[in-house]
Amino acid sequence: MSFNWTLFFESTPYGDEIYLNWLFDGIIITVSLAVTAWIIAFLLGSIVGICRTLENKFLNGFAAGYIQLFRNIPLLVQMFLWYMLFPEILSGSLKIWFISGISPNVSAFITAAIALGLFTSARIAEQVRTGIQTLPIGQRYAAIALGLTNRQAYMYVLLPNAYRRIIPPLTSEMTNIIKNSSVASTIGLIDLIGQIDRINDATNSIVEILCGVTIAFMLINYAVLTIMRFVEKQTRLPNMNHGG
Amino acid sequence: MISLENVSKWYGKFQVLKNCTTKVGKGEVVVVCGPSGSGKSTLIKTVNGLEPIQKGKIIIDRTEITNPSTNLAKLRSKVGMVFQHFELFPHLTILKNLTLAQVKVLGRSNEEAREKALSLLDRVGLLAHADKYPAQLSGGQQQRVAIARALCMDPIVMLFDEPTSALDPEMVNEVLDVMVELAYEGMTMMVVTHEMGFARKVAHRVIFMDAGEIIEDTSKEQFFTNPQSDRAKDFLAKIIH
Repeated sequence: MSFNWTLFFESTPYGDEIYLNWLFDGIIITVSLAVTAWIIAFLLGSIVGICRTLENKFLNGFAAGYIQLFRNIPLLVQMFLWYMLFPEILSGSLKIWFISGISPNVSAFITAAIALGLFTSARIAEQVRTGIQTLPIGQRYAAIALGLTNRQAYMYVLLPNAYRRIIPPLTSEMTNIIKNSSVASTIGLIDLIGQIDRINDATNSIVEILCGVTIAFMLINYAVLTIMRFVEKQTRLPNMNHGG
Repeated sequence: MISLENVSKWYGKFQVLKNCTTKVGKGEVVVVCGPSGSGKSTLIKTVNGLEPIQKGKIIIDRTEITNPSTNLAKLRSKVGMVFQHFELFPHLTILKNLTLAQVKVLGRSNEEAREKALSLLDRVGLLAHADKYPAQLSGGQQQRVAIARALCMDPIVMLFDEPTSALDPEMVNEVLDVMVELAYEGMTMMVVTHEMGFARKVAHRVIFMDAGEIIEDTSKEQFFTNPQSDRAKDFLAKIIH
């Protein structure tokens, strides 16, 4: 069996592109999807995670249910469910726009970002909750005793410390969201995974393509790790404790 | 200034405070002592509502904190509190630790808050450390910062919850010195502590607690020379060598 390792530099049947361009198109979609889903996941996850630490029984219970729901159903099932459900919950001109006003790749992108974002938000919520709950109880007391309201205590004291603590698990959640984004190809999104079929249909060289996609995923995640190492370094507090 | 009437608190079925009644007058220094688990830390945390109570009444400066319509945050800003483990905010510099609540709670300008903070840091002898982070200071220094942080709010009363228990022995005095000075200036203070030397020096009254009850509430002289209860006698025999 012989391999064609220069495959990605060969011309595609259309226009003056080479297959590397297709791979890059896939990378752009995969990264865009991961970033969009991450924004949804981080915002919702933070809110739900904070709710889990509140005394308010209703908000706390709602958050607990939310986490159970989105964490316990496989991502693949959630992806299909949103694919089926999402157009149905829209109404009027928004529905028409979603079904026929945009290209299938865009509607698949929106659906995938929602599914992946909600799935990941439940995981982030648990990390935010843990980050807050592992802070010494005295930190909350000290903030409240100074006259800060509960909201101010969260904003100025608890959250800045909680987020610092959970940077490592958040980093692995980021690499997860990039890997999990591959499920979006099942609802027709032409991301990195989608490009595998597309290039293979034209070249019939699956092993080479998989190698290329593997390298692409590794590079993306390496970039994520580098960025997060930088973030961690920037937010690290001086710690030269000598006794006490 | 502070008045506790029949304060009772339960954790589930376990009663941690049993009908505690006492008063702290303006300018008075009251030391609360007792064996561990006696409820003294819980008692002092009920005073500013950090620990809710199920029965009884707590009044600070004519405001009833147990009344649901009381603005607790506003009341707390007038009650300084110092904790066993300092509880400085680790992500903020010493200066920011002192200015945060002044700006966010009292609405002081940054400049005003900064001046106040620096003058209080100077007072506790830590002006040179204003731009450091808490973890860069020793325990004794951190506790002095914590006292300065509370004083920044111009409190009408100061609560101390075992302020020297987490310190290495050689750092205890630097913190006690600041507290003694505060007492001599006439600050109203309620202090949970095992430091009987401090109590002898500045306390007006001593409250002795055991098993969630106030067993003795008496003058310092009376407590040290002629304790009434066996439990207080036993406690003093163990703690004073």
